[in-house]
Amino acid sequence: MNQPATLPLVNALLDSPLPSSGIDWLDAARQENREAFAAGGLPDTRLEAWKYTTLRALSQRRFANGDAHAQAREVDASTLVLPGVAGPRLVFVNGQFRVDLSAIDTLPDGLTLQPLSQALQGDAEPLRFALSRSASIRHVRDASDAFERINAASANDGVVLRLAANQKITVPVQLVFIGAATESDLAWHARNVIELGEHAELSLVEQHISSGEPSYLATLVSDIELREGAVLHHTLLQNTAVTASLIRRSNLRLHARSHATLHVLELGGALVRHDLQAELIGDEAQLDTRGVFMPHGRQHIDTQLAIRHQALNTQSSSNWRGVANDRARGVFRGAMVVASGADGSDASLSNKNLLLSPSAEIDTKPELEIYADEVKAAHGATVGQLDERALFYLRSRGIPLADARALLTTAFCRAVLDDLPNETLREHLSELLIAQLPN
Amino acid sequence: MNMLKIENLHARVEGKEILKGLNLTVNAGEVHAIMGPNGAGKSTLGNVLCGREGYEVTAGTVIYNGIDLLALDPEARAAAGVFLAFQYPVEIPGVNNTYFLRAAFNAQRKARGEKEFDSMQFLKLVREKLKVMQISDELLHRAVNEGFSGGEKKRNEIFQMAVLEPQLAILDETDSGLDIDALKQVAQGVNTLRSPERAFLMITHYQRLLDYVVPDFVHVLADGRIVESGDKSLALKLEEQGYAGIAERRPAGASA
Repeated sequence: MNQPATLPLVNALLDSPLPSSGIDWLDAARQENREAFAAGGLPDTRLEAWKYTTLRALSQRRFANGDAHAQAREVDASTLVLPGVAGPRLVFVNGQFRVDLSAIDTLPDGLTLQPLSQALQGDAEPLRFALSRSASIRHVRDASDAFERINAASANDGVVLRLAANQKITVPVQLVFIGAATESDLAWHARNVIELGEHAELSLVEQHISSGEPSYLATLVSDIELREGAVLHHTLLQNTAVTASLIRRSNLRLHARSHATLHVLELGGALVRHDLQAELIGDEAQLDTRGVFMPHGRQHIDTQLAIRHQALNTQSSSNWRGVANDRARGVFRGAMVVASGADGSDASLSNKNLLLSPSAEIDTKPELEIYADEVKAAHGATVGQLDERALFYLRSRGIPLADARALLTTAFCRAVLDDLPNETLREHLSELLIAQLPN
Repeated sequence: MNMLKIENLHARVEGKEILKGLNLTVNAGEVHAIMGPNGAGKSTLGNVLCGREGYEVTAGTVIYNGIDLLALDPEARAAAGVFLAFQYPVEIPGVNNTYFLRAAFNAQRKARGEKEFDSMQFLKLVREKLKVMQISDELLHRAVNEGFSGGEKKRNEIFQMAVLEPQLAILDETDSGLDIDALKQVAQGVNTLRSPERAFLMITHYQRLLDYVVPDFVHVLADGRIVESGDKSLALKLEEQGYAGIAERRPAGASA
């Protein structure tokens, strides 16, 4: 993809005018990102991080940038309901805040929860660091950050969440991103900025769904910062229509003794990419990631985990399972770096995968680089099939083949959801897993 | 009508003929012991009867309660009342033992057009069946066979049998690897389940299990055929003389 300007996708995204914020630094950052996107174009498979995910088909499509009628799109409110989740809720349709679907009238003490579009109308200065950061573009020809660039240039809404120091919120906060059907193929973007103050504690449930069978390309970029001693439980459910393409990047920064736990369920989408980049910058910071990706049909789901240990005695554990059926493709890359000075760190990563069909494919690659002393590190990845002996054992007891396969597959995935503290939500996620299985 | 009638059964595993014309008739209420040297085809018989993949029947028939057993999928055989206690029960991480058993129990009921049990009803049944085969609460709540000792696995097999109440129970070397206390417990469980409606096929290498579960018939399986049949005294004779003598006395081609 040497000539970005000739690609229909790039052209279409550059075609529309930039949103104007009236904030000088923001408009400048948007302009700069737009130029970088125009110059760098899209990443191709020669880049290591995009080796197994080709954008060839996507790059030939034209997506209109932004939905002028996002406020009017009809959404079935019942699709927003998640068992075990009944707290404040922020809802976006095609990248725009929808007050009618949200629930933010009464917020717990210390919690700021508002759409970015509103936050920018007030004092935008606290957002300046986050929103102008991605403008610091050094290698303009490097296309690795293409989607972060187009997101920075185009997103004018998203979540702004701040929790004050020492506040502990027990009800989960729900963030919902809905892609709704439009007249023509649509691109939309959302930019989220989340910060937990010192020793604050929060449960977050992030949901990506669709209304109908819309055809869209969405980019979402989230900055999540945990100050010293903060605790975050983040559950992420991606269950969009299989016609949607979704490209997300999460940037996590963990300060001293903070602890983030992430549970991810990737079920939907045509082409789905999630770059999760975490930096453990304070001593004894801890990150636990758990996830299941389960593409079927012709879905392509790619998760790229990059965890950097940069401080003393930091810990990370990652446990991911992939299940691919039909002609689907799963991609997982787990890169862990223990930087110089991060002595005493503990990093572990496991990715086990199951192929349910001979035409399915999963590419997995754990990577580990250690530059520190007294580090404990372990990583492993496997790709296999259901255990024939176990299948026969179940069938010999009367369990039909399809049920036996479902039982074993669910058991395979469930292990990574087991430590999700919200039991009702955990059961619901298990049911979604089962629903995704063949038959 | 015979419960099980096997005629001229030939079966291959990985291209190698293991069963070479086996005949056996079992009636309700009977306990049959199948004995024989290693490699005679004892476990193959059990696996063929339960429909394990990789066991290819090349000739012969197996009629079970008037139907062609070989035409059924493994799960359909189970629903029809055939149960195999595995020589090597399989560990299934992530699947709770009780959940698995209820799924099996209800799948069989569903296949037979019977009403499924809810969790309360099933729990009651489980408590009742614990009288037949005592296994600890902890094992009930663990993943199927995961981390079970050899004895616990075999007891779990008998416990499953007690819950599923098959008509034809095939015990494949259930005595192997058990110490004498575990063997007695397993035998007691089997004896409790003996009934006029139920038949047992006990596949074993040693006579020792038959001290505790006394069979009505003993068959010697050698080189893919039943070469001699008798009552329990045959087992004692085998114990004394070993299998070598039996095989020599019976020319190839003879059938019981």
